[in-house]
Amino acid sequence: MTHDVGLHARPSVKLTKLAKGYASEIEIAAAPEGPWIDAKSIVKVMALKAKRDTIMHVRARGADACSAVTALLALIEHDFDDDHANAVAG
Amino acid sequence: MRSPVELRGKPASRGIFAGPVTRIAGEAAARVYSGSAAGERAALDAAIADAIAELTVLSEKIGGEGADMLAFQIAMLEDEALKAPAYSAIESAVVADKAWSAALAVEIAGYEASEDEYFRARAADLRDLRDRVLKHLSGTAGPSGSGGMILAGEDVPPTLFLETDWSRGGAIALTSGSASSHVAMLARARGVPMVVGLGAFELNGHDEAIVDGEGGILILSPERATVEMWKVRAAGLAIEQAREREFLHRPAVTADGVKVEVLVNVAGVEELDHIDIETCDGIGLMRTEFLFRDGAPLPDEDEQFAAYKRFLEWAKGKPVTIRTLDIGGDKPIRGLTPDGETNPFLGLRGVRLMLARRDVFRTQLRALARAAPYGQLKVMLPMVTIPVELTEAGEEFVDAADALKDEGIACGMPPLGIMVEVPAVAIVPEMFASAAFFSIGSNDLTQYVTASSRDSSAVAALNDPGNPAVIRLITRVARFGRENGIPVSLCGDMAGDPAHIGSLLKAGLRSLSVSPAGLARVKAAIANLRVGS
Repeated sequence: MTHDVGLHARPSVKLTKLAKGYASEIEIAAAPEGPWIDAKSIVKVMALKAKRDTIMHVRARGADACSAVTALLALIEHDFDDDHANAVAG
Repeated sequence: MRSPVELRGKPASRGIFAGPVTRIAGEAAARVYSGSAAGERAALDAAIADAIAELTVLSEKIGGEGADMLAFQIAMLEDEALKAPAYSAIESAVVADKAWSAALAVEIAGYEASEDEYFRARAADLRDLRDRVLKHLSGTAGPSGSGGMILAGEDVPPTLFLETDWSRGGAIALTSGSASSHVAMLARARGVPMVVGLGAFELNGHDEAIVDGEGGILILSPERATVEMWKVRAAGLAIEQAREREFLHRPAVTADGVKVEVLVNVAGVEELDHIDIETCDGIGLMRTEFLFRDGAPLPDEDEQFAAYKRFLEWAKGKPVTIRTLDIGGDKPIRGLTPDGETNPFLGLRGVRLMLARRDVFRTQLRALARAAPYGQLKVMLPMVTIPVELTEAGEEFVDAADALKDEGIACGMPPLGIMVEVPAVAIVPEMFASAAFFSIGSNDLTQYVTASSRDSSAVAALNDPGNPAVIRLITRVARFGRENGIPVSLCGDMAGDPAHIGSLLKAGLRSLSVSPAGLARVKAAIANLRVGS
């Protein structure tokens, strides 16, 4: 994650909004061993307090799991850029 | 009608407004238990739904940066994880408002304890959304934000500021508060007069008031003649401000064509959102104290590096002068600053403290050296008194950079300059000729030269930066710098005061660093002056 201030309010709003667009259960973590948290809950996403340069991990379970993981990773990789997120999600 | 009361606080946003005054609603009234958990749960759901609806309407109305903040509040309110602890408390027969407050208290405490400034700042958003829901729960939510009036109270929630229709005029008068708060920055950007730190006052019976955001004055129940006088002043000020704004986007040049650099003083990352780099020549003073909070863990190297780098990237290649930690005395940090000094302004502060706490100093210098490649960084030492302090700090800096190179970490060695604020330096600047630059700290210099405290109103008349002794020292430092190729600037309050700018230019200064809100005014004042070079 290269966003300037890490997983802060604005990026977290975008991430949870994007996650809510999928039926799958989606979880993110700041370390491979977890803890894994619900990517649709902004309270929990913010509580991660993930800083810039954190390697984010995403996993999902459900019918659209694959596209959900792709879209979330793209959002994180592209600095929470609106246009890119929309292109992938749309 | 009560007799007039005049209160003095601190200026937070310039401008004058006279009109009706209203108290900012404090705590919502307590809710009466409905008799069942189901009833409480339904009430909480309804209050949250009302709050979301209100915020949505508001968000559509304002747009921009404010809308982002509201989107965050809405997302939080929509999150089941925020409500879950309140629901479970309600199941054990707790009244909905108490359950909600307790649930939010845990979240708010979590944000407040964060070592990251960004996260700490979100605590205000959570308090704001908590109170909005509480008002709906107790049925005390009323129409607000009609504008055209003075909002008086302890603090203004950001959403109340945003939902107020300031096009009808209005002002803010706070008993506490800070001139660097988010709302104060919004007020300056929006041109809403604001005074903070007025101390407790009673509003009962006072219906009308005047706020002078420049003088830091609140007058309750003013006489009619007083109101008329202030209205004339307000009109004059409005014309003056409009004229000054024309200078904001131009370079600062005197009437006889002498260029003056105008930089900004900043004290926190959130300020950057409110300053256009095109309107200034860089950052003349970045205070780093905001990274160090009393009671919180000291910021590590990575956190400091990220902050410094952000300022450098923001400046787009323009100079950024970062001052090493300037705490001590009146700004204590437990475990770092000494206890029980009887005369803290003359105690272990600034570079004195850093040389006594090399571990803390080293961490900051490493972070600065790592940030150096990202822009035009300059590093400045506060409170230097004797040359050996500059030498020792310089050696420490070189050691830090060498260690980074050995570790294979990218870094640079920025120019190292000093604040000129102790008379011992201003009197014999030639002893400090190895400094890369001088930045005159006129606030402390004035305090030390006139032996009068900066924050005692009883000696305010003595604490005058225009005192000939202070001006003579400034002239001496400016001349020494000019003759020896050492850049000199001034970063105290007097640089932002049009009454002093003429004598600063006459003293030979061509570089001033001022508060962001003062940029337009300073440039306008410079354009009006002749230095006759």
